[in-house]
Amino acid sequence: MKAEDTVNRIRGALGPHLAGFEQKSEHRVYLRVAPETVTEVSELMFEEIGARLQIMTGIDTGEGIEVLYHWALDDEDCVVTVFTVVDRDAPELESIASFCPAAEWIEREIWELLGVEFIGHPDLRHLLLSDDWPEGNYPLRKDCRRRVSSDRADERAAVAADAPPTGGIQP
Amino acid sequence: MTRRTIIPIGPYHALQEEPEFFKLHVEGETVVGLDIELGYNHRGIEKLSESKTFEETVFLVERICGICSTSHPIACVQAAEDAGAVPVPERALFIRSMVGELERIHSHLLWLGLAGHFLGFNTLWMWAWRFREDVLNVLELITGNRNHYAMMKPGGVRRDILDTDLPTILDLLKGLDQPLQTFRDAVLEDPLVHARTKGVGVLSKELAVAYGALGPTARASGYDIDVRRDHPHAAYDKVEWDVVCTKNGDVFDKAVVRILEMFESVRIIAQCAEQLKTVRGPVDSNPQRIAAGDGIGHYEAPRGEVFHYVRSDGGNRPLRHKVRAPSFMNVPTNRETVPGGSVADATIVLAAVDPCYCCTERMAVALDSPTGERLWGAQELIRMSREKTFRLMDESGWRGPAPPEEMKM
Amino acid sequence: MESRTVNGTINALTRSLNVFHLAGSACNNCDIEILDALTPRYDLERFGITLVGSVRHADVILLSGVFNRKSRLRMLEVISQAPRPYLLVAIGGCPASGLMFRDSYNFFAAPGDYVPIDAFIPGCPPKPEAIIAGVVTVIGALRAGEVVPRCMTEEVAAYAPPTADLVGGASAATPETAT
Repeated sequence: MKAEDTVNRIRGALGPHLAGFEQKSEHRVYLRVAPETVTEVSELMFEEIGARLQIMTGIDTGEGIEVLYHWALDDEDCVVTVFTVVDRDAPELESIASFCPAAEWIEREIWELLGVEFIGHPDLRHLLLSDDWPEGNYPLRKDCRRRVSSDRADERAAVAADAPPTGGIQP
Repeated sequence: MTRRTIIPIGPYHALQEEPEFFKLHVEGETVVGLDIELGYNHRGIEKLSESKTFEETVFLVERICGICSTSHPIACVQAAEDAGAVPVPERALFIRSMVGELERIHSHLLWLGLAGHFLGFNTLWMWAWRFREDVLNVLELITGNRNHYAMMKPGGVRRDILDTDLPTILDLLKGLDQPLQTFRDAVLEDPLVHARTKGVGVLSKELAVAYGALGPTARASGYDIDVRRDHPHAAYDKVEWDVVCTKNGDVFDKAVVRILEMFESVRIIAQCAEQLKTVRGPVDSNPQRIAAGDGIGHYEAPRGEVFHYVRSDGGNRPLRHKVRAPSFMNVPTNRETVPGGSVADATIVLAAVDPCYCCTERMAVALDSPTGERLWGAQELIRMSREKTFRLMDESGWRGPAPPEEMKM
Repeated sequence: MESRTVNGTINALTRSLNVFHLAGSACNNCDIEILDALTPRYDLERFGITLVGSVRHADVILLSGVFNRKSRLRMLEVISQAPRPYLLVAIGGCPASGLMFRDSYNFFAAPGDYVPIDAFIPGCPPKPEAIIAGVVTVIGALRAGEVVPRCMTEEVAAYAPPTADLVGGASAATPETAT
């Protein structure tokens, strides 16, 4: 495995912070850390190891919100994913955007779609959703959904109900 | 206190026909700030994917973007294959690379045409897109559609390429040889193109690394990354080709990288076509299940790395499907490259990252003008960009890039 | 409205056409195919059909994309500024029905349901030949008096996109009270 030395170096540097380790294949490694350590770990990956932040993924697992940081080791054909799990009812993590501009937009996205508060983010506001999106409605959470009608007439009536009193397209 | 003007670009009929909103903060002729507002394209694809099977989701992600239409499917199926340790037959790998590289050529020609249009070279636009049609013809021949090819599936590809189609593909490549060379020479040597693009919109390598820039946007700044070489997949480690990387980080270099990359794509396709004559066998390993686990698939789309992550629980749908298009990383770099330049250059600098807003679903920025200045729209900004070119034409007598007389259209 | 008067006005729509293209939450494939129709292989410009940059000059408005909650507001604003008569043509499957994006949390309704579309050109994307064929069909129907642009008799209502159909979260409406 090309990245073996680097991965061992990361494991060594993380020391007791490393709560879980899985080498899924020669090219895929998954490391679990505690939420309080994400800044330190990200600094290690970005500044010391020189990995490239590909993106972050947020997942509502039902028990918590899992946030995964995907780091590419381009010289060694490996993706190292560092993940942590935060509490679903009060999810918060420290923002890494101050030293890793690549994270700025994705932290905003994870905040608005999953509700994770990124403390210290320079500009935590809506990225994709409109500013009047209902508060507390986090679309990627498993309990958030759109009530879908399979009946087109039902849908058209919903549209018509929103039309102004005079005029408007007749469904 | 200098006066500032806000110029919105978008959201409709904006630079790339896409609804993204840029607001430039301008002092006189100089852009001093840039805001980007997104949201006009967001279709909730990641959530929709959770209600699709692993095969169905490929059709969904294909429609993230019409131009890099096979890039998302390739990354998506690779993620599923990574999660489930699904083998892919060798013949399918060559077909994947072939379709992907054909797409790269048509995407770069598209960009070249749009860049020409924004700079005022409509001849270049028509010329680039005319040859793009030939590439689309071949894609239609082998996949059934000019775009949205529906070629990829976890485990391989959906349809084989016939031996009888290989000569047509090779004829296309031969037919592209002359036009690509002419593009390279006419565009890259043209003094007017130099005047409009050299030193314009420079992104330093340090900033490219900090923002995680990708694709030609990164390689033009000397950030030498290419998923095809760094994380070999499909057939990229089975054929000979070179990564194109320059170092100045300006709009000109971004054009150089894209133009020269097309030659490499031609090389790759030719080798894949050769291999398909002898590498036989199935094109689909037909997996019945994606085993539980996490999978990551990434692919070098024309704009840079496209990244897909899936989590499977052993069932037939992803528990979670994360999609990250390259423009998500590249568009923020505009914050560094647009301010400091002139308003007339804003158009081409914004276009130089080859933004694909539908992929990114992001873009725009605006600030309210406190002075209530009249706001200029996208059309006017494009007009200002073209007028700068016409001014330079008058001053210098240069005419801009044009196809040579003997080139048949 | 007198059909003769309408037909008199409509004839203006059957000559050189100014086309305004409005894309909303599109994958851009249709958008590129529309532009392709202008390029040398198909060359619509030889028929006097040109793309214009402002809806105020539009004879034909082409819609592409699903128009999500955010962009449909813009679309309604833009269309309400279009001077009549104009033809509203939906390109591709998305504006007709929303296609596979119908169930998305960011989708409310397909333009086909709330703006007066005169013609649908299906496809994903429709090839430039299909787009041309569709436009030619509509123009032929106009000339023959078979079709009157819907904008002449129907209003485009501008109303805010509701989010009451979203379920879950602190302040979302319950299914019983949602429309």
